[in-house]
Amino acid sequence: MTAEMEKSDLVSLTIDGVEVSVPAGTLVIRAAEQAGIQIPRFCDHPLLAPVGACRQCLVDVPDAGNGRGFPKPQASCTIPVAEGMVVSTVNETAAKAQTGIMEFLLINHPLDCPVCDKGGECPLQNQAMSNGRGESRFAATGGVKRTFPKPIHLSPNVLLDRERCIVCQRCTRFSDEIAGDPFIALVERGAQQQIGIAENAPFLSYFSGNTIQICPVGALTSEEYRFRARPFDLVSTPGVTEHDASGAAIRVDHRRGKVVRRLAGDDPEVNEEWITDKDRFGFAYLYADDRITYPRIREDGELRPASWLEAFEVAARGLARCSGGAGGVGVLPGGRLTLEDARAYAAFARESLGTEDVDFRSRPLSAEEAAFLERHVKGTGPGDQGAVTYADLETAPVVVLAGLEPEDEAGTVFLRLRKSVRAGGTRVIALSPFTTRGLAKLSATVVPTAPGDEADALSSLLGHADHGIDHRAVILVGERLATAPGAYAAAADLAAKSGARLAWVPRRAGDRGAVEAGLLPAAGGRDADAIVGAVLSGELAGLVVGGVDPDDTSDPAAFHAALEAAEFVVSLELRETDVTRVADVVLPVAPITDRAGTFVNWEGRERPFPQTFRNPASFTDARILAGIGEELERIVAEPASAAHEEDVAAARLRRMVLAAQRHGTAAGFVTGAGAPSSTSEGAHVAGGVHAATTDTDSDGRGASTSERIETTATFKLATWKLLLDNGVMQQGDKALAATARPPVAILSPASFARLGAMVTVTGDRGSVTVPAGSAVDLPDDVVWLPANSTGRGLLADVASPGSRVEVTNA
Amino acid sequence: MTDTLTPVLTANWADDRSWTLPSYAARGGYAALDKALGMAPDEVITAVKDAGLRGRGGAGFPTGMKWSFIPQDNPNPKYLVVNADESEPGTCKDIPLMMASPHTLVEGVIISSYAIRAKVAFIYVRGEVLHVIRRLQAAVAEAYAAGHLGQNIHGSGYDLDLVVHAGAGAYICGEETALLDSLEGRRGQPRLRPPFPAVEGLYASPTVINNAESIASVPSIIANGPGWFAGMGTEKSNGFGIFSLSGHVTRPGQYEAPLGITLRQLLDLAGGVREAPNGQARELKFWTPGGSSTPLFTAEHLDVPLDFESVGAAGSMLGTRALQIFDETVCVVRAVLRWTEFYKHESCGKCTPCREGTWWLVQVLARLEAGQGSAEDLDLLLDQCDNILGRSFCALGDGATSPITSSIKYFRDEYLAHLEQGGCPFDPAKSTLFEEVPA
Amino acid sequence: MSIDQSTYDELREIAARYPQARSGLLPMLHLVQSVEGRVTPEGIQACADVLGLTEAEVSGVATFYTMYKRRPVGDYLVGVCTNTLCAVMGGDAIFERLKDHLDVGNDETTADGKITLEHVECNAACDYAPVVMVNWEFVDNQTPSSAVELVDDLRNGVERHSTRGPRLCTWRQAERVLAGFNDGLADEGPSAGAPSLAGLTIANENDWKAPSGD
Ligand SMILES: Cc1cc2nc3c(=O)[nH]c(=O)nc-3n(C[C@H](O)[C@H](O)[C@H](O)COP(=O)(O)O)c2cc1C
Ligand code: SF4
Ligand code: FES
Repeated sequence: MTAEMEKSDLVSLTIDGVEVSVPAGTLVIRAAEQAGIQIPRFCDHPLLAPVGACRQCLVDVPDAGNGRGFPKPQASCTIPVAEGMVVSTVNETAAKAQTGIMEFLLINHPLDCPVCDKGGECPLQNQAMSNGRGESRFAATGGVKRTFPKPIHLSPNVLLDRERCIVCQRCTRFSDEIAGDPFIALVERGAQQQIGIAENAPFLSYFSGNTIQICPVGALTSEEYRFRARPFDLVSTPGVTEHDASGAAIRVDHRRGKVVRRLAGDDPEVNEEWITDKDRFGFAYLYADDRITYPRIREDGELRPASWLEAFEVAARGLARCSGGAGGVGVLPGGRLTLEDARAYAAFARESLGTEDVDFRSRPLSAEEAAFLERHVKGTGPGDQGAVTYADLETAPVVVLAGLEPEDEAGTVFLRLRKSVRAGGTRVIALSPFTTRGLAKLSATVVPTAPGDEADALSSLLGHADHGIDHRAVILVGERLATAPGAYAAAADLAAKSGARLAWVPRRAGDRGAVEAGLLPAAGGRDADAIVGAVLSGELAGLVVGGVDPDDTSDPAAFHAALEAAEFVVSLELRETDVTRVADVVLPVAPITDRAGTFVNWEGRERPFPQTFRNPASFTDARILAGIGEELERIVAEPASAAHEEDVAAARLRRMVLAAQRHGTAAGFVTGAGAPSSTSEGAHVAGGVHAATTDTDSDGRGASTSERIETTATFKLATWKLLLDNGVMQQGDKALAATARPPVAILSPASFARLGAMVTVTGDRGSVTVPAGSAVDLPDDVVWLPANSTGRGLLADVASPGSRVEVTNA
Repeated sequence: MTDTLTPVLTANWADDRSWTLPSYAARGGYAALDKALGMAPDEVITAVKDAGLRGRGGAGFPTGMKWSFIPQDNPNPKYLVVNADESEPGTCKDIPLMMASPHTLVEGVIISSYAIRAKVAFIYVRGEVLHVIRRLQAAVAEAYAAGHLGQNIHGSGYDLDLVVHAGAGAYICGEETALLDSLEGRRGQPRLRPPFPAVEGLYASPTVINNAESIASVPSIIANGPGWFAGMGTEKSNGFGIFSLSGHVTRPGQYEAPLGITLRQLLDLAGGVREAPNGQARELKFWTPGGSSTPLFTAEHLDVPLDFESVGAAGSMLGTRALQIFDETVCVVRAVLRWTEFYKHESCGKCTPCREGTWWLVQVLARLEAGQGSAEDLDLLLDQCDNILGRSFCALGDGATSPITSSIKYFRDEYLAHLEQGGCPFDPAKSTLFEEVPA
Repeated sequence: MSIDQSTYDELREIAARYPQARSGLLPMLHLVQSVEGRVTPEGIQACADVLGLTEAEVSGVATFYTMYKRRPVGDYLVGVCTNTLCAVMGGDAIFERLKDHLDVGNDETTADGKITLEHVECNAACDYAPVVMVNWEFVDNQTPSSAVELVDDLRNGVERHSTRGPRLCTWRQAERVLAGFNDGLADEGPSAGAPSLAGLTIANENDWKAPSGD
């Protein structure tokens, strides 16, 4: 209720003797809540349309506001308030109605609370205690319960115990209304009515876990959590998802120092009560076998355990050596940091290392993007700062999406958009290569856009008055625009000309905080790609790498080569990766559970979260960087030793040779936007690099190769990451992984007809063979592939997004 | 004084090929349509209102008033949906009507659609009546061919399409909002009201749903005038209706009479309670005035005028005038158990009291029928019914309680006799129509 | 048979009868049964495809209605009304006799695949009790022995007629009519059986009429 709400908009009624005033149209059950009265209920859920199915919320209405009462008890979840209405939720009529329904609900419900996952946090159990009868008349009359063979898999991840189900339809309503995935439905009829799926059509929804959470009994369980814990054994800590930039609130339930499940937190301003299955189930990575738990340093080519202090010192010495006159150090912190860690990285780079070569972007990027982020994103936020918020998505008549597939890349944004679309409030206009399932669920107007054409497509939107893009509209751009030359500028231009508001929705939880913390190269600094190039060219000697997967970067082969080429690599990581395998110092960082911190979500909203576990052995990135920083200060103060001088001289010499061999090629190393590709010559010469590049690129990537590709490759490669894919932070939950969408190459119907059901897509980095599918509106010369659902991912195995690839029948 | 029986809807049923257009036209069929098309739509509504026609599908809501609820300023299309799902146990009037004279219904549909300004109408007929569906399909085809349906009907400028839609076996689809969901290709489960169908019905557009007999009555009202119709029946229950006699009665069948006729009168016409196969006389024991969902009556109700008010005052409902007659050979507990099994089978499953309640009721009744349980179980039954009646989402749950509560009211001793004897005191073979002993 | 292009075309044709395609789902499922002999997963998928629904949504509908069968149905679906009135008048005895005679239980098919027996709810023919339905055609006023004769004839290929309709066709043919594809048999059979005419006959004998119009 807003303060400025007129008195006349309010309706006053009396519930159990308490007078309440609520906005017209409020349901009695909600009005009662405002009066502090909790009416028992099962099917009712404030975010789902009322159905009035379970009848548990019956109340007596002796006066409907017109002086006359209802002759029968009324379902308070479906009847709106009326002025002067009198409601009793506890008088004899109401109590009898509620007890009667509770008795009916329990006759067929198994008495297995002691072994039921929901036992202890079960609305049915609780209400049976408060509103039920002491003993069962059903049992006393020899009643025979309905039984079902149990349980059944609705999906690899979600199980259903049918006999526990009270068919409140919350799960089916959620799937249909909220997620748009009506893959579960009421089946059968009457007493046999149950929740079901069609044969061979499992409940593969990105949001399926929410149904488990809102099930008011223990009928739905997840494969991983089922029978693992008892609610009363669990300790809960609030959290914020680390899987995307949504800032979704989660609740972390843990027992004896281990997370056993995660639930959606309730935050009406952000994720309401929903999260994606990745947010919910994607935490097994925390317990992966390859978790790094102690610092390591390289000695004689091998990593060996070290104390923190020793590791700090070795790291500091190595970095000091590299950042002296011998070249410099590039800092690649990655996009998964908390705001606090991001700030620490920024300070570390600029103050401890004195470099501007710092960039959080560990993915295809562009200089244009950095400018866009500085100008249009950094420093904005909700509230007084006027940035676009979730709530704005609900009020904007038009939302434009560019370089962003919300269902895959920002699930929570998707749900909010869908809510608004369904309410009839918002029209979504999407620049996309084709109408994806997610866009179809948003009833989006799709402007079919081949990769690289986003700038033109954005510019042309204004010419369409029918799109209605004006100052009330919102433009959401994703980080993939970095691979489309001019697209960020075109988005900014569209916003400027139409007055529409603009927001940037990155993929990773730390991206936005990194922008705020200044983890972008300032003037004179190199961006991530240039840092890689500079290492390869010998201009940079050292690297500090945070949570970066080389295979996610613009040119994985180059990144690997740079890791090899660098004089000295410090890796701050959670688990073993290609970076830790070559690093000189490996410093384990605290997992998300062992630290408090803040994520800044796409809105610019700070999302602080507390520590789940106190683990004195866990160091945050910030703590580690401080440790190295202190050592650095100490070393700088030391008199230089002869050995050190020698090292530096040798290193300088080597880099000068390398630079000479590069035939004067500029250090600028840009991919993705069609600019010349990286400098593999440099990599070859750098020694030991060849092996690193042969994984996917045995032919090398000389001019002749690109020529060959250009003459035969007729498809532009469109790609993004699916919500569920081979991402390292999703590893470990097999049931979750089994619900991922299988990799399919999407072609236009004509290409599909020509090329068949199995295709090989070949780019300048290699090829991948996958089943093909088609989408009617996909342009003929575009092929879409999931970015990280096959092998090591497209960037490593096939080509960079937007480049030309060949598609052949496999 | 009106005659005892007043065949209007049934008048042509014995005609040669009565289901065909020529036969129907030979009796002046589709003349009422011409007359209606010469009136303003609102005049047609007024005529039906003035006639005092009340819904023949059970609830008796005034038909003309229902039509006038259609918001004509609503920009959405308007729809007429005929409820020909006839599945209430005992009800068997709409089916023979559509079999013998589908054109009566089709003409009624056209006039009614014209009145409410619908351009598309549907006849939702239960699927389990194949030949009726054939005849409806054929009649609609004939009507199109003759220009009674389609574009510019009778040169009036009025267009109407009519679709015959077969259901697929679900009693609940007779409930009007469940019918709409079913007609939209969904599970036939009742909808929340409001919004009422008149405002948001089929495809969320203004929709009138009427019983087949209600709509079939419209042509005669237009042809003969509202006064003619209102002149029959009782003060508040105007006109005629088809009374369906079935069970232990000598001449079961359809008797079309003014509302307010009594069962005694009807039984006289129908030759009384049927004799036993061996010629023995039998007596009326209990009967349903309006289908199994209406509380039972006994011989003491023989003189209750069968109109909405009188039946209601006597503790039951006129319903669909489905008079199922049971003689003294019939065990009321068995009869009630079977009906309860029906409600359990047909409960849509949406709401708890009906879904779970019928499940339990059947078990308690089955035990009682088998002579198990105790006298307290009767109170339990009544309490269960109390917890269903008025708590369920739709009237199906209410209906399920009617046979139970009314039978306990009139035949408590018979329930107790089961307990005393440790089983059913009746021989089911006695109440059959034949003297065969099941093998 | 299976769902081929012509079935797809007919499914689309059904959907096109309605202002909103989904309204065609019930008749479409009848068509699936006429082609497949039951509602198959392929049939569900075909309906889902044509209407843009999920298979779960179609399954939800297909499992709600009793006329849709999960198991293959015989040539003749014989339904004995055992709702209260018919049961009392002899329906229970008929059903028991048929189960025994055919050696099948409720909703089971004879080994020769000819007859599927089930008990049905009130079929709006109470004045003809006890009623047996064959492929949803009325076979009125049955006794256990007449019902046995009926099913024997059906199994032996002896032509039988509905008491108020045409020669009995197969269940699949019947399902096609329910899908809205007329088989031209509307003109077979009488206008009405004797009970339907009971009141009219008496009225005619007594010259009772509704009053003449205004
Ligand atoms: C469970 C249930 C079943 C019903 N079945 C039928 C039916 O088969 N035919 C019918 O006309 N009305 C049936 N009704 C009544 C309808 O809901 C509705 O009142 C009626 O079709 C309105 O038409 P009328 O006003 O012309 O009577 C049923 C109601 C309920 C609750
Ligand atoms: S009373 Fe409830 S379960 Fe029964 S039919 Fe109506 S809505 Fe369905
Ligand atoms: S909560 Fe109101 S009917 Fe279920």
